[in-house]
Amino acid sequence: MAATRGLSEAAPRRVALVRVAIVATLLVAWEALARSGLLFRDVVPPLASIGRALARLVAGGDFYANLGATAAEIGIAMVIGGLAGLAAGILLGANRFLSRAYESLVYYLGPTPKIIFFPVMIMWFGVGSGSKIAMGAVSCFFPIAISAASGMRQIDRVLIRVGRSFRAAPLQMVTKIYLPAMRTAVVNGVRLGLGVAIIGTLLAETKLSNRGLGYLIIQAYSTFDMPRMYALLIVLFVLAIGVNAAIGRLTTPEAR
Amino acid sequence: MRRWLASRPGAAVFGFATTAAAIAAVEILIRVGAINRFIVPLPSQILAAIPRVVVEENLLHRFWQTMLEIVWASLLLAFFGVGVGALLHRFRILRAACETWVAALAAAPIVLMYPLFLVIFGRSATTIVMIGFAAGLAPVILKTVEGLAATRQVLIDVGRSFRLSPAQQFLRILLPAALPSVFVGLKLGLIFAMINIVGVEFLINFGGLGQLINELAERYDLPATYGAILFVILASVVFFEAAERLERWLRRAD
Repeated sequence: MAATRGLSEAAPRRVALVRVAIVATLLVAWEALARSGLLFRDVVPPLASIGRALARLVAGGDFYANLGATAAEIGIAMVIGGLAGLAAGILLGANRFLSRAYESLVYYLGPTPKIIFFPVMIMWFGVGSGSKIAMGAVSCFFPIAISAASGMRQIDRVLIRVGRSFRAAPLQMVTKIYLPAMRTAVVNGVRLGLGVAIIGTLLAETKLSNRGLGYLIIQAYSTFDMPRMYALLIVLFVLAIGVNAAIGRLTTPEAR
Repeated sequence: MRRWLASRPGAAVFGFATTAAAIAAVEILIRVGAINRFIVPLPSQILAAIPRVVVEENLLHRFWQTMLEIVWASLLLAFFGVGVGALLHRFRILRAACETWVAALAAAPIVLMYPLFLVIFGRSATTIVMIGFAAGLAPVILKTVEGLAATRQVLIDVGRSFRLSPAQQFLRILLPAALPSVFVGLKLGLIFAMINIVGVEFLINFGGLGQLINELAERYDLPATYGAILFVILASVVFFEAAERLERWLRRAD
């Protein structure tokens, strides 16, 4: 109660002012730290040099080629892992026996560190894009399967009976009844799944690859080009948070 | 038979049996040469490699190393996560300004900053702990704020009528009321920290269990690599289950 009252009291202008003040303080502190010489040179590079690196990065062509490579890997991973996760989730959610038999497997494998499978993926799918796609697919399978299964169980029984009484075929049941009815759960699963697919794919790229954003980051690290690394991380964070927010919009009612 | 299969334990046994059968099928397929044994080692070899990994690779010591990193990260999480959450609750203007930022941070791939942490903290346990801490911070802050904000007004008024000082009000009224939510946040943060700690160990080839997998893979000791991966899966399942139970137990005790 008190909190909501407090929030409405805080006028939007004051909130904006506080935000500007926080950002400005952080930037000034950063710049002061960069110029103080307390840390090794370039660990905290001056803002101007990060800005220049960002401009150079966005203007250069190789950035887009690598961004495209990573985006393609993540996209294919999402299609493979997402469809597999959706299918597994629908099966587990629809069938109580299968759920009792196998769901604990999915549930427990979900929160394991996926990157440790990378050596295995390299052996199975090679050192190229294949192993990165596999990492992304394995990562996003679990959250999507778990959300789809729980979404499936929350579907109103009446809807399912309507579909049955119209003698809908199994595929029609999936596309006309199940998926529309569990939209929120699926979108949330995809959102979580995309987040971990980005992490899985890019971490794999930093470990062993010759292209992609992860490769650029680790290359900037090994040549100690810190401004470039900051620029890459900024771009990556903006992209990841932006995509997440965009998918999140899909669950809000006004998007319907 | 059918009725037994339909029961909960029956289905669980069925799931376990079919999984075991699938593994046995892989063993046969490898033995007849349908699967390349230099890519997938025999499941029986993997099983046989586990004792070797335990003894020769100092598995328990490595497990302990990883656990220590997790413990440090969780202490940092509890202190700073709950602290920042309390701060955001205390100064509402700060909460209004920052809460969406923290939520956005929760969606950011923080672990990809590990090269940056390497530069700052060196290739050391500190880097690993800090990554685990950074990866788990957002849920702890968000859940702390949520719990504190949901404290019933009656309880706050009781505190006021006893003329509690702000510190007493926080320690005796707000924090106890928020604890269930705080525990949910800590559990999430802890699981994120564990995942990222093992992952970074693997990536920077330093520390406990993650490094073990990296080393075995680089030696191309396939059965041991698979065995170590199995062990890490098992360890994280136990960790996950322990965190869930601890959270449930603490919430009940509350």
